[in-house]
Amino acid sequence: MLEDLYRELIMDHYRHPQNRGRLENPTVQVELHNPLCGDELELQLIVKDDTVEDVRWTGQGCSISQSSASMMSQALKGMARDRALKLVANFQAMMHGEDFPYPEVELGDLEALSGVAKFPVRIKCALLAWEALSKALNQSES
Amino acid sequence: MNLSRLREDFPALHQRVHGKLLVYLDNAATSQKPKAVIDAISRYYAYDNANVHRGIHALAERATVAYEGARARIARFIGAPAPETVVFTKNASEAINMVAYAWGGVHVREGDVIVTTPMEHHSNLIPWQQLARRTRATLRYFGLTPDGRLDLSNLDQLIDERTRIVAVTHVSNVLGTVNPVRRIAQRAREVGAVCLVDGAQSVPHMPVNVQELDCDFLAFSGHKMCGPMGVGVLYGRPELLAQMEPFLFGGEMISKVTLEEATWKDAPHRFEAGTPNVGGVIGLGAAVEYLEAIGMENIWRHEVELSRYCIERMREAIPEVIIYGPEGERAGLVCFNVPGVHPHDLAQVLDRDGVAIRAGHHCAQPLMRLLGTPATARASTYLYNTKEEIDIFVSALIRAKEFFA
Repeated sequence: MLEDLYRELIMDHYRHPQNRGRLENPTVQVELHNPLCGDELELQLIVKDDTVEDVRWTGQGCSISQSSASMMSQALKGMARDRALKLVANFQAMMHGEDFPYPEVELGDLEALSGVAKFPVRIKCALLAWEALSKALNQSES
Repeated sequence: MNLSRLREDFPALHQRVHGKLLVYLDNAATSQKPKAVIDAISRYYAYDNANVHRGIHALAERATVAYEGARARIARFIGAPAPETVVFTKNASEAINMVAYAWGGVHVREGDVIVTTPMEHHSNLIPWQQLARRTRATLRYFGLTPDGRLDLSNLDQLIDERTRIVAVTHVSNVLGTVNPVRRIAQRAREVGAVCLVDGAQSVPHMPVNVQELDCDFLAFSGHKMCGPMGVGVLYGRPELLAQMEPFLFGGEMISKVTLEEATWKDAPHRFEAGTPNVGGVIGLGAAVEYLEAIGMENIWRHEVELSRYCIERMREAIPEVIIYGPEGERAGLVCFNVPGVHPHDLAQVLDRDGVAIRAGHHCAQPLMRLLGTPATARASTYLYNTKEEIDIFVSALIRAKEFFA
């Protein structure tokens, strides 16, 4: 059903995106495009002492890609880098209908996006921000 | 045109999607197939299946006659002077690539100019970008007018003595604009350049005659005109095809082979290396026969009226809707955006109402950038669409807008 995809929480984030904007002094930034639909996303992080201190993102895209970025950014602030990588793995697993590899790291509000898994062509939309996060975290390692 | 009888010919149209009757408005991506085409293909595989051209047995004979018969029919359909000017490819992209390699690779040199437009589908853009890179030629683009037509005011400067090839789409798959390709082809001829027309969005929908257009090459695909996927056509002026070296090498295309070297058959067979898509070509021949019986002029008038009606209804229902492309006569496709609703979300909600549209950049990213949007929604019609379907589409659009409000 359509309501599985467009849950209230998702629509809230789409209408009122969190942490949208740009940072003055990010330690890492990643720009990604979804060639399938032309969606764009720029993610900026400040990672210090292995902790994500701050996060901002900008981009254009559908409600799924935008709300996914917004919810991700909310979950991320103050999170340890290791934990953030586990969150990425869990989110990806949820999109592909697989078991969580790290059950101890809870998705919380992000589970509102679980319905996307039933709409195969939209999975890429939900994953765009997470792909950017995974790249950013890996870059910030060094 | 008797639409209700005509719709009976298309099995795919009579199904429910998510409990709703299908309203198929994604015809610019691919058309549905009439029974006549599906039957022609299954008849070929059931009774006549054999490899073409060299077999000395009844089935090979029948397959060859059917394959070459389809070529002759398709040649007549586009007003080509002879069947030998029609080369079968796997799609329009391959046809354009063939010209970029086999003609462009020989005739385009450093300092030469290739002219194309910002409203091309990627398939008529990237082959020229790549040719320009390989040969160090310059790519030059038409300008666009604010209403989405080609700016012809500087035609004589744009297409100048250094120009070798002009590649232009006949109908834009985003704007619905019908380009004045005859005038452009004539200017190309004046300076000794050749003109390739991308007919992917015109040949299925309107009468197209290569001799009236006076173009040198015409590329189109079968699946957008009631034919099967996997078959495309390259028309080439006979003297140009005769000069062109093959693009792919192998079986079927040779004349004489020794351990050291080989010579080629004449066109079109020198461009059809390997076993061709015989069933697909026969299917495309059946599609052309089907379209001819209805009449291309009738199909065009029907679609022009549908797009006029569609735009009028959309503007009534959603005054803030943004519609891309020119006013007045245009092809049966409408790209649009509803402010505040991403086209993907629109398409998703419409799908639940049984309405199939497309959302995205429509393989025209440079044009999207010029239009100032990363993506649009697109509703595109064909001969079997009705005004009632447009009404269903517009009602679904209103529901989608309310859903995201």
